Amino acid sequence: MTINQSGWRPEMGGSDEATQATFTGNRALMLEEPLLFEIGSTRTTGVDFDDAPEAPSRLGGMERKDPIGLPGLSEPEAVRHYTRLSRQNYAIDLGLFPLGSCTMKHNPRLNERMARLPGFADVHPLQPVDTVQGALEVIHQLAHWLVTLTGMDSVAMSPKAGAHGELCGILAIRAALEAKGEGHRKVILVPESAHGTNPATAAFAGFKVEDIPATAEGRVDLEALKARLGPDVAGVMITNPNTCGLFERDMRAISDAVHGVGGYVYCDGANFNAIVGRVRPGDLGIDAMHINLHKTFSTPHGGGGPGSGPVVFSAALTPFAPLPFVEKQGDRFALIEEETAGEHHAGSFGRMVAFHGQMGMFTRALSYILSHGADGLKQVSEDAVLNANYVLRSLEDVLDAPFGGSGPCMHEALFSDEGLAEGFTTLDVAKGLIDEGYHPMTMYFPLVVHGAMLIEPTETESKAALDQFIGALRSVAERAKAGDQALKGAPHFAPRRRLDETQAARKPVLRWKAPQPAAQAAE
Amino acid sequence: MSRYFTEEHEWVEVDGDVATVGITEYAQSQLGDVVFVEVPDEGRALSKGDDAAVVESVKAASDVYTPASGTVVEGNPALEANPALVNEDPEGEGWFFRLTLADASELEGLMDADQYAAFVAKL
Repeated sequence: MTINQSGWRPEMGGSDEATQATFTGNRALMLEEPLLFEIGSTRTTGVDFDDAPEAPSRLGGMERKDPIGLPGLSEPEAVRHYTRLSRQNYAIDLGLFPLGSCTMKHNPRLNERMARLPGFADVHPLQPVDTVQGALEVIHQLAHWLVTLTGMDSVAMSPKAGAHGELCGILAIRAALEAKGEGHRKVILVPESAHGTNPATAAFAGFKVEDIPATAEGRVDLEALKARLGPDVAGVMITNPNTCGLFERDMRAISDAVHGVGGYVYCDGANFNAIVGRVRPGDLGIDAMHINLHKTFSTPHGGGGPGSGPVVFSAALTPFAPLPFVEKQGDRFALIEEETAGEHHAGSFGRMVAFHGQMGMFTRALSYILSHGADGLKQVSEDAVLNANYVLRSLEDVLDAPFGGSGPCMHEALFSDEGLAEGFTTLDVAKGLIDEGYHPMTMYFPLVVHGAMLIEPTETESKAALDQFIGALRSVAERAKAGDQALKGAPHFAPRRRLDETQAARKPVLRWKAPQPAAQAAE
Repeated sequence: MSRYFTEEHEWVEVDGDVATVGITEYAQSQLGDVVFVEVPDEGRALSKGDDAAVVESVKAASDVYTPASGTVVEGNPALEANPALVNEDPEGEGWFFRLTLADASELEGLMDADQYAAFVAKL
């Protein structure tokens, strides 16, 4: 009989030596990785180039005289470098990603397959439109579904991400006001709990930003809003569901009040995932809203991407929407641009981008919508809300939930640092979660909650996955409440220990400098 | 000289018609390590409640409001190079800006040190 000579069992001992330093600095399969500049030499290259031909210089003596010092790596060195770095990253394809306000949902592989079809992936924005009819049909179909799902009048597909979409919406509002001769309206009202991009967008478009206070239950204070409305108000920017994870029940009344004084309503659609298929923003009196295709319709940061932020418009704002857009003319699709817009889109405020938007994201979003269907999309928002409420109710006995009494939450659960031991903060809880193998939740946002922890599990997590996450966060929270000093040093098991964020911001090292060779240094 | 405090955690010290404005010890303790400060330029006209300065910590960026209207005499030049002053001495060397008061009566509704201490104790 054969005997396994190397068979090792824990009771044989020797398993407590994890802290022992290794020769390489590696810890088993967790590999240390030097900087790109520290690998190989500048004399190496992964590609064989022909010598550059002699050519007369037109640089007038400004030619570079010193070596440029680019990293020189062979192909396997380059491949290994990036593969090793990717192993130190955390991604939605590795585990639950509880970043609130980011909707880090699974990106179905079907989307990727569709986006890689050569007819979509290999088209060029300057191709004749007769050769890209399929791609234009995708944009047209997706536009149809976005307008249908939101109950709005039209959509501008070109904005490249959420904040870009906000700017698009606010510029349309500005154009509409100017067309009415009301360019003097200079105030945009924004709730205190808004994403920081909202006031930044309004200010960038030349408006003055004023805060709208919140009620104790975490919603917009309708009476305070009404009291502020007047002839100088251009509009409001409201996030619904809001960043406290609550649905703005008074949204219709807010819209009516703002319209009553001649203003417009912008809705930040970052949290659309909680209501897609169940609430149509158009029915709430909203004039413009961006949709983060890269949140609501899968492909989140690091799991597909890049961003794409189409903006839906009410009938009042449609004439001012930016170019270009796709129009069906008979059985073909046309791209309406400056030279073809003519009389019937003369009010357009201009353009957000040079070309047509993120084609790859359009294909993925349409693939997501069509593969889920109307019933599937409804279930998406239902399950997203159910999962967030499960997290909220499972942890509110150990973590303070400031709006836990304001009714069910929407797609995200919000906790504060109330009740942690003296000297322990939200940051310690976040670092503890890293040791437990999770990317931390969104922290210190929204600003209206002290030490906020904003958790958005999304619908793609199973109950088992949620239970494990809840168990991990409960354990870390209990340690923070008990004042476990070891938590102040977390993470202990990550490739790097806790980083000095203060020094990183105050004295950032932005440029790598080659170490001086010993002989030179001695001179 | 008298010192007043706002509910937004700014302090303002008045000397003649010039007021010096900064953020309180409580504010700096809540912000955490300050890594960037932007102060207003000399000559800028401010109305009471305007965003006058920006303070950024490792946790968040916050606006500093002016508790009274007036014209900026100077922003604290030391804060740009050394934002840590706000943590070390918020109610002294870490002041943000000085302005000539347009209307000293605007300060009447503000808190004194004792009232502010009581206000903070309730937070």
